[in-house]
Amino acid sequence: MAKKDDIIISIQNVSKEFDDVLVVDDFNLYIKKGEFVTFLGPSGCGKTTTLRMIAGFEMPTSGKILLNGEDITNLPPYKRPVNTVFQRYALFPHLDVYENVAFGLKLKKIKATVTDKKGNVKEIERKLTREEIDEKVRKALRIVDLEELEWRDISTLSGGQQQRIAIARAIVNEPEILLLDEPLGALDLKMRKEMQLELKEMHRKLGITFIYVTHDQEEALTMSDTIVIMKDGMIQQIGTPEDIYNEPENAFVADFIGESNIYEGTMVGDKKIRFLNHVFDCVDEFPIHEKVDVVLRPEDIKLAPVNQGMVNGKLTSKVFKGVHYEYVMMVGRSEVVIQDTRNLDINCEASISVVPFDIHIMKKEFVSNMYDAYIDKNNKVVISEEPFECDVTQLIPGTVLDEDGYLVDKDGKRYDLTDADVKVEVGLKDIEIADDEEEGNITGEIVSIIYKGDHYQVIVRTEEDEDFVVDTEYTWNELDRVSVKIAKEKIKMTLKQEAKNYVKD
Amino acid sequence: MVKKIFAKSYVALILCLMYAPIFVLIAFSFTTSTLIGDWSGFSLELYTSLFKNKEIMEALKNTVLIALSSAVVSTILGTLGAIGIFYCKKKVRRTFEFIGQIPILNPEIVTALSLTILFVFLGIKFNFITLMIGHIILTIPFVVLSITPKLKQMDSNVYEAALDLGAKPSTALRKVVIPEIIPGILSGFILAVTLSLDDYIITAFTRNNSFQTISTYVYGVTAKKGALPPTLRALTTIIFIVTLVLLILLNLKGKKKEVRR
Amino acid sequence: MSKIKFTRKMLSIPYAVFMILFVVIPLLLVVFYAFTDAEGNFSLGNVVTFFSNSTNLNTFVISILIGVATTALCLLIGYPVAMILAKKEYKFGGVFVMLFVMPMWINFVLRTAATRDLLFWLGISGGEQPYSATMIGMVYNYLPFVILPLYTTMLKMDRSLIEASMDLGCNKVQTFVKTIIPMTMPGIVSAASMVFMPTMSSYVISDVMGERQISLIGNTIQTYFDKSLWNMGSFIALVMMIIILITSFMTRNVEKQEDARGSLW
Repeated sequence: MAKKDDIIISIQNVSKEFDDVLVVDDFNLYIKKGEFVTFLGPSGCGKTTTLRMIAGFEMPTSGKILLNGEDITNLPPYKRPVNTVFQRYALFPHLDVYENVAFGLKLKKIKATVTDKKGNVKEIERKLTREEIDEKVRKALRIVDLEELEWRDISTLSGGQQQRIAIARAIVNEPEILLLDEPLGALDLKMRKEMQLELKEMHRKLGITFIYVTHDQEEALTMSDTIVIMKDGMIQQIGTPEDIYNEPENAFVADFIGESNIYEGTMVGDKKIRFLNHVFDCVDEFPIHEKVDVVLRPEDIKLAPVNQGMVNGKLTSKVFKGVHYEYVMMVGRSEVVIQDTRNLDINCEASISVVPFDIHIMKKEFVSNMYDAYIDKNNKVVISEEPFECDVTQLIPGTVLDEDGYLVDKDGKRYDLTDADVKVEVGLKDIEIADDEEEGNITGEIVSIIYKGDHYQVIVRTEEDEDFVVDTEYTWNELDRVSVKIAKEKIKMTLKQEAKNYVKD
Repeated sequence: MVKKIFAKSYVALILCLMYAPIFVLIAFSFTTSTLIGDWSGFSLELYTSLFKNKEIMEALKNTVLIALSSAVVSTILGTLGAIGIFYCKKKVRRTFEFIGQIPILNPEIVTALSLTILFVFLGIKFNFITLMIGHIILTIPFVVLSITPKLKQMDSNVYEAALDLGAKPSTALRKVVIPEIIPGILSGFILAVTLSLDDYIITAFTRNNSFQTISTYVYGVTAKKGALPPTLRALTTIIFIVTLVLLILLNLKGKKKEVRR
Repeated sequence: MSKIKFTRKMLSIPYAVFMILFVVIPLLLVVFYAFTDAEGNFSLGNVVTFFSNSTNLNTFVISILIGVATTALCLLIGYPVAMILAKKEYKFGGVFVMLFVMPMWINFVLRTAATRDLLFWLGISGGEQPYSATMIGMVYNYLPFVILPLYTTMLKMDRSLIEASMDLGCNKVQTFVKTIIPMTMPGIVSAASMVFMPTMSSYVISDVMGERQISLIGNTIQTYFDKSLWNMGSFIALVMMIIILITSFMTRNVEKQEDARGSLW
């Protein structure tokens, strides 16, 4: 933990709901003075909302935000020493460049001491003089390299120039924290790379804290001191770019940052893991027999002639990528993506090897799907407001269903399970996805796909915000609308209350 | 080629038909004959008698008065309303967008009758205020309709940017939002004036019967007695020329702005 | 001290109050009056009177017929005009549209009276041929309302779709029927709704053009208004609102009406 004085902003247990949808979920973070922090994640992960809460545009539903130890949670934006660079710049189109940059300064009041005629020294609040404003605006424009554009209309500027004006307009107020909301999103690739370096340089010169929001992992890795990876409103991992790249905490992070091969493996001994039909030595410690996810970065895998590496397979494709070739090798039914600078023949046997240090082992995110559900009057189980066929007799062992839909045990006791709360467990492989929305019980949208060597792990999210995690061999696309089907016998249920509560008299 | 000529002459023909009544009226405003069709020599007498006609001058004054005053109120209320509702929650916004559509969708006569019934129900005598309310209801939906698209076009972050730079909400509205939507406010105002100038039915229902506008005056003299009194030919000419000049001025101004961009 | 915090939403309060007071409440009153008698007791008398009065029903049918005929004529005349003006090679399309709109700036009662005088000179007397005179007056008045929305929809139309249609083997007629008409449907709907309702309900044009020979729904309402028979007037107004409700419900899926309507100005 950093020293208390070093912390400029601390976000404590912050949650934000919009119309009952949890967008940010128990967010905890502290940021040190002068740090360059990036919130990274796919769209809808809550990163922008978090930034907007720091700026004061949104109020947290719960939790606190402290700036220099003071609670600013409910302070309006115009009272916070924080300035924002907006995604589409939000420059004022009716003002010219100079007036845009001077906007904040003209509103600012500073404390000044004056001596009145009688010689008394008084403290008053005054506005900045024209000369002071002039000087500050010039300086800010110099920092962004656009001094000569002062009197131009905003609409005559290029995207890159508008971007710089937006930065100048923010930094001219000398904020303690500069917030940047995907500021480079609208620029073309070349321009973006240039601006990345310039922003980094600006951060160094100004010495203030930058909080940067992006969905571009490369941008985050290039610029940040610290990266905060978010998904579904929750922090997945906090760390330096190196940490996050080399030691991803879960399959999502590994998949999101850089290219990776992800496999399912089992610990078979102390620092020994089995995947790709081979037992590898590794450096991470996990309990024996535990099922885990394994990440191999393509550049960490070495290609070798057949039988000279650890695992044999067949090279099936090769793509030239400039610096290197990208090969795909089939090991059994699993794909391995490998980067290698050599130009090798494909469609032949080869082998791969990996050093233990490069095998990253992560706790599995999902082992099975768990739901809170209830039984309806037709003896179906209702998950996410949709009824599923199920076998209710498993809830009370030794019972059968009678004609009236009651469970009867061998003593003739009848049970009425209508509205009984149950815990449902469904295996990842026991759920099927169908294109036809009519085919399954419930429809949803595919929100995430992670490739795990020989199958995809797909997350289908329903309108009720319930997730179905499915292991499937078939290819799907993100944002596809699909329906979810679960075979009757695959639904495992347990009663939340004791069976005797449901005895019918 | 033939097709092009055909197309052009079709447009020209329709345009001629559109302007025929107006141009004929203008032509015959320079003669004193009672009926259109017989020319009794050039004369400017109709113009002098127009300005001497107290009834018409009063109606003209009333028309302009009600148009300007109702348009001002309508624009202020509508601008504030458009901004406020734009930032309301979806449900509230939808509701008021729907309510705003009612006077547009409803035939004027239904709007007029419903207002009349309200005033009768409340026992309010018809006066200038009731007429104002009628005209505001007639025009305010169009004011809102011409401002809302401008709000939609506006970068949703500029208001927040102003707050971020230290402006209080009221300052942000005055210095950022209003300047952004001013073209919409202006066109809303012009539209309100136009609609009000042109209105007959709502005026007829909500006015005090002694209050004449050009619409009610002309309806009164033509619907019963037939032909347009000759002096009104002179009035039409004057209205036409004023409109033409205003339109040209407005267009020139718009052009200049475009050139600047 | 609890100070109410200013938010942008609050700006809408005066507008909201005004609209509820002078739009919503009056309409509720109309519904109330429609189903009560002069003493304020619940009554279906207005319904019975309306449907048993053959003059009223005649008026009703004639109004609808005139509305439909005017709308159709306006569309027939206006559609080609809008199409020609929206063509790319027509540089001055915008100016011409302006010219079509300009007569609207002259007071419409005055304009209608001028048309009547011209027709009279040409030998079409409103007293003798009230229907043709009224129709001419209405088409003349509402043509700009048709041309404008059609013109704006056609400007927005993606021209490459017409090329695509030709490319896929449609001849000119087929392209027009299968591509251009469906694509301009929102404009057609919005134009039609802007003409139909006013033509069937307004009585000014028919009174001036037809020398009060034709009675439309508007006249009926006005007559009841003059006689202070609010209940009967309200019932007819209610019937008209129901017609609007039905038509706007029918056209709802065609639209984005307000787009075309909003750009009218």
